[in-house]
Formats: sequence, C-alpha cells, structure tokens
Amino acid sequence: MMESLEQLKSRIEQAIGGIRVEIVVNGSTSAQHSLVVDNEHALELARFLRNDPSLRLDYASNVTGIDWLDTVTKKVVKVKQIVGGVEKELDQTVEEKKPGYLEAVYHLYSIELKHGPLVLRVRTADRQDRNHLPSLTPAWRSAEFQEREIFDLYGIIFDGHPDLRRILMWEGFKDFPMRKDYVEPDDYEYEPTAHDEVLEKTKQRYSREHA
Amino acid sequence: MDEGLKSELRKQGIFLTSFEDLYNWGRKNSIWPLGFGLACCAIEMIATSMARWDLARFGAEVFRPSPRQADLMIVAGTVTKKMAPQVVRLYNQMPEPKYVIAMGACAISGGPFKQGYNVLKGIDRYIPVDVHIPGCPPRPEALLHAFMTLQRKIDEQALTGPDRPAHLVAQAPSEFPVPQYGEHDLEPPNNPKVWRPPVPVTS
Repeated sequence: MMESLEQLKSRIEQAIGGIRVEIVVNGSTSAQHSLVVDNEHALELARFLRNDPSLRLDYASNVTGIDWLDTVTKKVVKVKQIVGGVEKELDQTVEEKKPGYLEAVYHLYSIELKHGPLVLRVRTADRQDRNHLPSLTPAWRSAEFQEREIFDLYGIIFDGHPDLRRILMWEGFKDFPMRKDYVEPDDYEYEPTAHDEVLEKTKQRYSREHA
Repeated sequence: MDEGLKSELRKQGIFLTSFEDLYNWGRKNSIWPLGFGLACCAIEMIATSMARWDLARFGAEVFRPSPRQADLMIVAGTVTKKMAPQVVRLYNQMPEPKYVIAMGACAISGGPFKQGYNVLKGIDRYIPVDVHIPGCPPRPEALLHAFMTLQRKIDEQALTGPDRPAHLVAQAPSEFPVPQYGEHDLEPPNNPKVWRPPVPVTS
C-alpha cells in the first residue's frame, strides 16, 4: 500500500526544495484525490516519484487533458454606506472572475510494487498564450504519444517533448477540438432520424442558406 | 436472343451465348477486392474471407495488396478526415472497371461518430459507391449479400446503350478529386458531382 497523500506531500516537500504541491480533494465516493504541482518542479517530482524506493511509480498508464473555462462567481457582500446621513448596510453583488486554465492529468502506477494510481496534475497559467507545461516524457516514455494527443486536441505546448506534432489531426489544422469553446464546421444536414439538437442546427443552417 | 430458344437448344447439347453474357459472367465472378481495412468492420470482412463464410465461393477471395490489381474497394470501417484523401487516392489508382462497397454505418454515413471533428460523414461524398451495407458492424452474411447484390448489378448491365457501365463511357470520370486538408475541415467537404446534401422533407 502506498502512503497517504498528506504523508507523501510532506515527504515531497522535504525532498525537493521550493516545490509547491497541493492536494485536490475528490469529494465523490471514489475519493481519488490528486496532487497539483507547479510547472518548474514537475519534472523533478516525476523523477522522484519514479525513483523513490517506496513509490517506484514506473508506469504512466494514462495522460489526459482538461479545459477549465474562465469562471465568474457572484458573491453578495454587505457594504456600509451613508444614505441620507444614516449609515446603512446594503447588499452588493460582486463578480469574482477566475481565469481558466488548461490541465494535464497523469495516472501513475507501479508495476514493480503493484500499487497505484497516483493522480498528478499540472496546470497552465491561462488558456491563451501562456499555455506551456513541462513534458514528463523524459520520466515516462509512455507519455510521449499521449502528450502529443493533448497538444493536438487542447493546444497545450509541452516543453522538452522529443517530438511534439499533431497526432490525430493533420498538420495545418488550426483548431483544438476538445476545447470547450471549439467551433465545429457548420455542416449539419437533414437525415431521416434527425432529432433535437441536430435537427435544430440543421434547420438553422438551411434557413441561412436558403434565405 | 430468345431465352426459350436458348434453353431448348441447351437441352439438345448446344450451348449458345452472347458476348455480353460472357463478359458480364467473367466480370462478376472474379471481383478481386483491395486488401485494406479501416476499423472493426475489417475484422468482419476478414472473417468473411475465411473458411466459415468462404468468400471464395463468389470468386472474390483474392485480396490484392495493390490497387493496380484490384477491382473492388471494400471501405470497411470509419473513414477519418485524415484518412479520406488516401482512400480517394487509392480509388483513383484502381483500374477500370472498378466497384465500391461501403461497409458499415461509419463508411456509409459516419455512423456513431457522425459530426465528430475527425470523421467523414460517408465515403460516398467523394467517390461513387455501388452497394451500401448498414450495420455496426455488418455480419459476414451482410457482406456476402452485398457481394451478391454487386454481382447482380454487374450481370444486368448492358454493354451498349445509354445505361452501359461507366468504364465503357469515354467521357465518364475514372478519377475523382482528392480532398485537401483545410484549416478547419476537408476542402471541399464533399464532391458535388458525386454527392449532394439531402433536401429537407416538407410535410
């Protein structure tokens, strides 16, 4: 059995100076909590997880991407204001904007010690220009194609990747189809069993073309 | 020739035929498919060619590794947008007369992956298809039925007149434009000379 994430976190912080690790709690019944690590120390941490004698996480079984959009949360804040010479408490809604980011998630197992998974996350600074992450392919060779796939479908640029090219789509393709704001080609057509959203998009397209 | 007279003569030991019958008989009984598969339908196609279903009964067991030697293209499986230009190019490299069977839901329409960002909505958008087989995947029996349908289609073709097969019409195209990789989709998304989008049903 692997140690708890809290134990592991403190051990990591001892082993790697200046690293920032946080635990992301998974509230579901699976309780599969994960670690978020800062980009500067991610590769160092990867090597630590792979080589540490009590962990030996030698197998990256799955690498995937997630697109987190910008979020706006509304909060009601009490504000003291002087209205007509009398101080009153008024409710005011404040919008709190959180910038979105792109995330790569690694599922790590140990073949040697037969334990896992450990879920490791790395996050980009934002969804636009600062979309770089360190490649963990130098630590786990099996991440190579999966990081390429993330690059292809989400547009995360993995620094230090040996061969970062598109893998499912062709060179010259401009979009990132797995991003939540991906705009698909307007190519819906009538079909015998069209229904719901498909039918609606078809009608919109045909009414535009025949207008 | 009168069919009754023909069978009467056959009873007397005299075999008469026409060039058209002989030509079509030869064509339909030696349809050599191009040996390539794109997805899980290909597994059913392979099963069809093996002993249990025995495609050899139809003279079509010789899967050719080169498009130059093949008569039939079985598009067995999902055609991705990345693969579509290669499929069209292979079709263009096949000599006439050539036929296409689109096997399975994906090859005829995109199937469960229709409207996916990387899946073509049917190979009939770029090349003419002779027989469509629905199913996901179709059983080997369905592929055999498609073969028999194709054989019947070949057998019924007249070699002269306006309905003669495309390879006997000098102006008929034998090659079709290969789609290009665009920035968002294949360009063009279909070949309007081969395929047009369905017209809305007005009730």
